[in-house]
Order: sequence, then C-alpha cells, then structure tokens
Amino acid sequence: MSALRISVVATGTANTASVLAGLRRAGGDPRLTEEPHDIEHAAAVVLPGVGTLGAAMSGLRALGLDDVLARRIREGRATLAVCLGLQLMCEASDESPGDSGLGILPARVGRLTGDVRVPHMGWNLVTPAAVPGTLVEPGYAYFANSYRLQAEPAGWHASVVDYGGTWVAALERGAVLACQFHPELSGSWGTALLKRWIARAGGVPC
Amino acid sequence: MLTVRIVPCLDVSAGRVVKGVRFQNQRDAGSPPERAQAYEAQGADEIVLLDVAATPAGRRARLDVVRSVRAALSIPLTVGGGVADVEDAARLLDAGADKVSVNSAALRDPSLVDCLARRFGSQCTVLAIDAASVPGGGWQALAHSGVEASGRDAVEWAREVGRRGAGEILLTSWDRDGTGDGYDLDLITAVAGATTVPLIASGGAGQAEHVRAAVAAGAGAVLAASIFHDGVLTVGRLKRELSSHGIAVRS
Repeated sequence: MSALRISVVATGTANTASVLAGLRRAGGDPRLTEEPHDIEHAAAVVLPGVGTLGAAMSGLRALGLDDVLARRIREGRATLAVCLGLQLMCEASDESPGDSGLGILPARVGRLTGDVRVPHMGWNLVTPAAVPGTLVEPGYAYFANSYRLQAEPAGWHASVVDYGGTWVAALERGAVLACQFHPELSGSWGTALLKRWIARAGGVPC
Repeated sequence: MLTVRIVPCLDVSAGRVVKGVRFQNQRDAGSPPERAQAYEAQGADEIVLLDVAATPAGRRARLDVVRSVRAALSIPLTVGGGVADVEDAARLLDAGADKVSVNSAALRDPSLVDCLARRFGSQCTVLAIDAASVPGGGWQALAHSGVEASGRDAVEWAREVGRRGAGEILLTSWDRDGTGDGYDLDLITAVAGATTVPLIASGGAGQAEHVRAAVAAGAGAVLAASIFHDGVLTVGRLKRELSSHGIAVRS
C-alpha cells in the first residue's frame, strides 16, 4: 500500500517542519499547500497551528481556506487539527477579542486559570473518553498552550487533561481529530496516535 | 498532572557537541543528531540545542544541524545561539525548531521579545538568561556567551521578559555552569518568585539530588549537559530517582 497523501495547510507561523517530520515518521506522505482546491479534495488534511486565533484566522481567510476547512470538518472528512488548530474550530477566543474562529464548535476558548504557571508547557497525562475505539489512548502528551477549551462539546468524544482544572485535550469524531497537545512532539505515544489517525483517514473514501 | 521535564542540552560548535566549564575550555562530546536521539531513547522530555559559537563569531545558528537533529527527534526541540531578530527565529522554526531561545539580542533590544511573542506566540519564545552572582548579593545578566556584562539585574530582567511575552525562561547560573556543584538554588527561588512563566533551571547539575533541589526551589524543568555527556547519569536513571522521591516524571 502506498503512503497516504496528506495536505498540510501552510499557515506560515506554525512549527511546520516538526509536523511534516512527525507525519513522515508515522508513515504518511505530507505536502505543504495553501491551495483551496487541494484542501477541498485531499484525502487527508492537517491544520497545524501556533500563534493567536486572530492572526491564524486572517491568514486562512486571506488564502480563502476558512470555508473549505470548515466544510470538510463538518462533513467528517479526514482532518487533523493541532494545538491552535483545535481552538480555531471554536467560535471565538479570549486571546483575540473581536475575531471569530471557524465556528464549528459552539464554544469560546478561555485563558488557563488557577494557581498554575502559564503557558502550560510540558508533558501531561491525557485521559480519553470512556468509549471503545477512540484514536486517543491514555498517555503523556506534550502541550504548549496558554488558552484552552474548557467544556466538552456535544457530539464529540473528548479526551481531557488536568492543569488548573480539567479541560479538553482532544476531540474526535470519525476521522476528524483535534488535539490541543502536539502529537508530532509527543514521542512514540504521539507517533502511534498519528499512525492510527492515518489508518482511519486512509479508510475513508474521498 | 504536569510532569517535571528533563532536558539534555547540546552546546554545538562547528557542527559538534561541546562542553566546557563556565563556557570555556570546550571539549568534544559527539554528533548532535546521534546525541539527541540517544537522549530521547533514554527518556528525555525535550532537547535544547545552543550554537555556542554563533554569537561570538557573529554567525547565525547552523540550520543544517537543526534540520538533522529535528529529523532524528519526536520530542520538542528548542534552538538558540546568535538569534538576532525575528527573521533569524523564523529560519530556525522553518528548519525544525519548535521554540527559539534568545539572549544577547534581547538584552540589547528588549522589544525583540514582544515581536517574537506576537509573531510566533509566547509558547515559541524562550528567553535565556546567563546570570552571574555579583559581590554584595544578587545576579547580573550576561551577554555574548557570558563574556559581556549587561548591567541588568537578572531577576528584574526575568520579570520584564515575562511581561513582554516570553513563554519560558531558561535560567543558567554562570557560576555553576559545568562545575557539577549543584544548581544555584537562591537564583532559582528568586526568579521563580518574580515570574509566572515556566522556568528551566540550568548550570551545575552533578547528581540526582541537585535536580530534586532545583524542582523544590521552583523549576518546572531542569537542563543538564555534562552529567549526561560524561555518562555520570542517564536520563532514565535520573527519572527513576526523582520518581522514587515522589516527583512526577513522564515514564
């Protein structure tokens, strides 16, 4: 079987080299793209994200990628959103007041609270939803975030993590996976997760 | 629960890992990608790569070394050394760094910290402080691999860069660097109390007990080079010792 072709959105500010290296390690064939046509038709898409919601959304809008991304996620087509990518799926974020996200999740992203150092930087324990067959398995993932989605949205399997309270570490529904952590930087646990996502993405007709 | 990170540091000069004492008398310690990969296999949580010859020689950090280390790793990579502006940082991120560490250039122009945080996010922006104790108490931040006094109080500088958007402080004790005498615990306590961002303690690790003390003083991560390069401790053995004392580590 040939490697799954994966279109990685060239957001310009993300740690794209690490994302590409991680996908290759997991057996995928990633290519950077900023073409709406590619994102629309690709068998699998990765939306990496580092930076702020406002800056990332204006980048996506300038390239005409916001609508195609929202559509393919709503349709449940294989998509992996990393770190800020998860937050972009929400309606808005306290980090960028006045800007709006892709609006797929009816939720607002807030800043971490409690007696903790911010950013949340390092390895923390991820606990998946208590249902069989989730992509995410229990284990330590690498996080680097100051903002987070607190409440689990309906209709998604949510993995959670504890840092200044419990919040969403990952969301999944079919072949759509959104991770607040960085699977590409989460060692062999992260590589195994990417492999499972790629296997599921490869099984979805496009 | 967030675990304490063990961070082996690769000081790189002319494409090789080197290590000295108080930044001087450097000796060869191997190839960067091989070292990085070996430490990941031992259980390292992150790798820091510092191009120690970059600033003195006025060169930019060597992108080819960054690329080769990135390809060998599936854990985070922080790169520093000679980062002069936002474009330098962009090139390092593009080559495979996940975080960029700045030091001398930020001492010269503190607004660089704001620019990096705005462009790449705080979580990409590491501020390195080389702190040397001064007669009469306190510490001063040093520039240019420790050879130039900046005149800035290290604790005040840490407070300022936290406000400007640094996402992490890499705090090296110049007095303890490479000595194996233990981290400067007073320095860690002072900086941890002055900031709310995560703190990586560096300089002086000689045994597991030093790491425990640094964590107790407020460090969320500990960086070490000589003890790992010289085989005094492996990352795995250090983590087992910490764990046996009730400190949460990634197993």
